[in-house]
Amino acid sequence: MKIRISNGRVIDPASQLDNGLDVFIDDSKIVAIAEQMSDFHADMTIDASGMIVCPGLVDLSARLREPGQEHTATIHSETLAAAAGGITTLCVPPDTDPVIDTAAVVELIEDRAKKAGRTMVLTIGALTQKLQGELLAEMAALKAAGCIGVSNGLSVIKNSVVLKRAMEYAASLDLTVFINPADPWLQSGGCVHEGTVSTRLGLAGIPESAETIAVSRDLILIEQTGVRAHFHSLSSGKAVRLIREAQSRGLPVTADVSAHHLHLCEHDLGNYDSLSHVLPPLRSLRDREQLQQGLREGVINAISSHHQPLDNDAKLGPFAETQPGISGLETLLPLTMKLVEDDELPLIDALAAITCRPAEILGLEAGQLKVGSLADICIIDPESQFECQPRQFLSAGKNSPFSGWLFSHQVCHTLFEGKLVYQRN
Amino acid sequence: MQSNQLTEQGQLRHFLTIEGLKKPMLTEIMDRAEQFSGITQRQVKKVPLLRGKTIINLFFENSTRTRSTFELAAKRLSADVMNFNISTSATSKGESLLDTLHNLEAMHTDMFVVRHDQSGAAEFIAQHVAPHVSVINAGDGCHAHPTQAMLDMFTIRRHKPEFHNLRVAIVGDILHSRVARSQIQALSILGVGEIRVIGPQTLLPRDCQTLGVHVYHDMDQGLKDVDVVIMLRLQLERMKGALIPSAREYYRCYGLSPEKLRLAKPDAIVMHPGPINRGVEIASAVADGPQSVILEQVTHGIAIRMAVMSMALGAQQQETDT
Repeated sequence: MKIRISNGRVIDPASQLDNGLDVFIDDSKIVAIAEQMSDFHADMTIDASGMIVCPGLVDLSARLREPGQEHTATIHSETLAAAAGGITTLCVPPDTDPVIDTAAVVELIEDRAKKAGRTMVLTIGALTQKLQGELLAEMAALKAAGCIGVSNGLSVIKNSVVLKRAMEYAASLDLTVFINPADPWLQSGGCVHEGTVSTRLGLAGIPESAETIAVSRDLILIEQTGVRAHFHSLSSGKAVRLIREAQSRGLPVTADVSAHHLHLCEHDLGNYDSLSHVLPPLRSLRDREQLQQGLREGVINAISSHHQPLDNDAKLGPFAETQPGISGLETLLPLTMKLVEDDELPLIDALAAITCRPAEILGLEAGQLKVGSLADICIIDPESQFECQPRQFLSAGKNSPFSGWLFSHQVCHTLFEGKLVYQRN
Repeated sequence: MQSNQLTEQGQLRHFLTIEGLKKPMLTEIMDRAEQFSGITQRQVKKVPLLRGKTIINLFFENSTRTRSTFELAAKRLSADVMNFNISTSATSKGESLLDTLHNLEAMHTDMFVVRHDQSGAAEFIAQHVAPHVSVINAGDGCHAHPTQAMLDMFTIRRHKPEFHNLRVAIVGDILHSRVARSQIQALSILGVGEIRVIGPQTLLPRDCQTLGVHVYHDMDQGLKDVDVVIMLRLQLERMKGALIPSAREYYRCYGLSPEKLRLAKPDAIVMHPGPINRGVEIASAVADGPQSVILEQVTHGIAIRMAVMSMALGAQQQETDT
């Protein structure tokens, strides 16, 4: 199938291209980005007048709940949501059930994702068996099966000897280690940022030291082992400072932040709003500013959805008893673009943080518009005014604290490998 | 999602927290309790204000004193009362908090008096009850215990009616205390001159001063010239979390002994929400001494709860009438 995307504003952050051009697609690939292409007879033309044409989004962490929690969400439902969110590549952390610590689980996820055929689903393999933090997972087998990196998910490896050896082993296989930094003891029992709001509401707090202690320890081991590492979902300004310092010393370290931590803070908990219950917790206004600052400086390389779909019951109860997590696939783009509207970030940098920069962390060619590369493309209507309505999400998880927010950048088409996988009604 | 504990006319619909209430409301509660405390002196200690109303005491956490004073208060208002003690293990059998609630609501309940070990539980329940049902918070986790705070204010007012001149010290485990949080809010709203909290940093919440208090780690300094000393109960399991070394050391630093009490004003009153740990946070000589008003607090608890219950159901009545 030959597709022509005409009259759009084509933005490719990787090559700094920002121009009114047409994109020509033949089968799965981009064959030209130009004003005209002779001898191209399009089977389908998408009129992108007034639209932004950019690479499909790359998301470093999205939980699809399959295998293990299919009653909450499935690869089918969540890839529909990803396509609606303009996401054409996403990474699944290993904390599925069973854990991604064997090739069989990798194959199962890839098979189902291929059947769905709406977005590239990549797996992050386990760092330790069953994520128990004791025995190393068969990382070579996981890499051979297709894992793009390794991680211990949300379970922290308490034993520093195991962590050091896991990093050494990953380094010898040239695998990136993905880390959710949290000190297990300081985090234990807590559900919100330790600060004025936890004090007022009488909720058990998690101090920012839960993050900074973990980041510090891990950075020391990263330096010692030489492993390439990526920190997921930073939440505190002090952690940004630690990463900045490590990068300036030349350590192979990158970091991402969730879209919700860039917009919300502890005060958004209001009167125990369980939809804002998330780990790491939403921290102070100052932390939020420093996360935005880290993003502007490039210390934080990417914005991720940290998508955690939950069923309604999971959020019904007294705050601390509800499950943490936000359904984020369908708000990743509008929340990122809101930073542009708020003058926090130039447009091209905002797009880079959700396309080529996360792709670079993964060592992939994705997230860019290039002749000869796969046609993973997102077409955005920058003038659409719409209200965020989580009940209308395609994701099975309607758990979003952004209900009622007004957004202006809406995905109107998503192409995955040259195939139209989403079209706005 | 915020449940408003006041009706559109500004009357009490639920009573969940002191936070956000205005001084006239707190004064009205105390004034009404003053009227009710006359009744409790009479031969027939009953008024027919809530005849025909059904009140359910929904206690997810053990309590003797609070539950029985709520029960007595409801009975003196002529309401029908049922007690449900639901241990947390029962709800963990699969029935969710909301299932329990809706089942009880189906019995045409007019009011739930709720105690729960999770902060925000009363708020959560208030958001999910039918519009004609009132919720009274009888203590939620570490968050609030508004009727306790009001009976404490009532007790203070009986002894020291000029709030703006007062210096009040709250001593002990502020971090885990819903009583302290509600007291601090009530004292601030009533315009108390100075509120102090005294305790080791491990038992004080982060950024404690944002509650509007002065923080003292040294009890001798903190008690100097105060008019009211409020002691908090020390949960003996706090030693396990490495929050304090031992009960002995706690008493040494933060126990109210007769010697320490002498640092306060000579006419200072001593309060405690109970139950007390003698020799841990307070010496028997002080608890049973002339400055102690601890038993008065219990008596006042009934009048305050009668006041709050009748106000909340009265406001409901008005809403349905109009």
